[in-house]
Amino acid sequence: MEQHSATTVLPHGHKPDAAVKEIWKVTGILTVLTLVELGLGFWMMGMQDETTKHFIKGAIIILMLAKAFYIVGYFMHLKHEIRNLIMTICIPLILFAWFIIAFLYEGNSYNNLKNKYNGYYKEHSSQHMEKKEEPKPAETKKPGAKD
Amino acid sequence: MATTTAITPVKYWSGGKSPFNVEYGKLMMWYFLMSDAFTFGAFLIAYGTTRFATNGWPNPNEVFSSYPFKPEGSSPAPLIFVSIMTFILIISSVTMVLAVHAGHNMDKKGVVRNLILTILGGLAFLSCQAWEWTHLFHEGAWWGRNPFPNADGTLSTTNFTNFFFTITGFHGFHVFSGVVINIVMLLMTLGNKFEQRGHYLMIEKAGLYWHFVDLVWVFVFTCFYLV
Repeated sequence: MEQHSATTVLPHGHKPDAAVKEIWKVTGILTVLTLVELGLGFWMMGMQDETTKHFIKGAIIILMLAKAFYIVGYFMHLKHEIRNLIMTICIPLILFAWFIIAFLYEGNSYNNLKNKYNGYYKEHSSQHMEKKEEPKPAETKKPGAKD
Repeated sequence: MATTTAITPVKYWSGGKSPFNVEYGKLMMWYFLMSDAFTFGAFLIAYGTTRFATNGWPNPNEVFSSYPFKPEGSSPAPLIFVSIMTFILIISSVTMVLAVHAGHNMDKKGVVRNLILTILGGLAFLSCQAWEWTHLFHEGAWWGRNPFPNADGTLSTTNFTNFFFTITGFHGFHVFSGVVINIVMLLMTLGNKFEQRGHYLMIEKAGLYWHFVDLVWVFVFTCFYLV
């Protein structure tokens, strides 16, 4: 059975050496993208300006999608599959565009409504919270922690 | 005649051919991964929605700022440990793809070597995660408990820890399943199962799953640690 299904599948054109070369090339690209992401993360750390921060976060998300493309396209080999399979996988994922936009918009709207009409929520979330312990000293078990 | 056959594309739907040009098991693995992508997507979007529906949120650079054997009193080191975890997973994905490639060439030795490396990478990642969870637990974080104030010092909710432990836990469970699957693949390879079958297509299916686990980490890493 396995034998049968394997032989009816047309061969995927791929020269052995080119394939290994491609693997290492993609590894390099993924490493560089991750390093750039980390660099942006470190750069963003001390930043006060919220607008610039939002732009950097946007850039990080674009880099994340680029990494996803390389992993799915090359490591999972989807780029070398036939169009039928690529479309079967990719078209349902377009739903995510609606999913993300609709839900984040909804969350933001809910927060605005709570801030406007729920005085308790607004007051509660602007209360100051004491840091229970500085992360620097040795980790002693907190008295309140359940075990 | 020759020119028309050259121009007309292969008719995958006219019968006698595999319409997706992959074997049954691989196609079903793709469908499973698509459904899994929606599960993880739903988790991450729920996290995003909650974050958008809350006034403040803890700063990940303050929460995740330690690593094993960190000298006492040294300054916080954000992003260091998690970037090591990320690289471990990327490298284990590379060794997996090399195992699949060795399988194409019917190179049993190459498959075994790269599968062992992949399994070690997966175990290393799981150990890192176990350490991080233990560390956070000792800081007082768990489901329903959040000791970290928001980035602006205001009162935080337990949503932060709930989502963190649920989503990284679900991902860690996937890594664990992937390691188990890879160990089964290794045993089958050592038992000459694939040599007898004449192909290593099973390794490709396990490889798809393993790459998907890496792919999900790309998203989890960005959503929880960077953004």
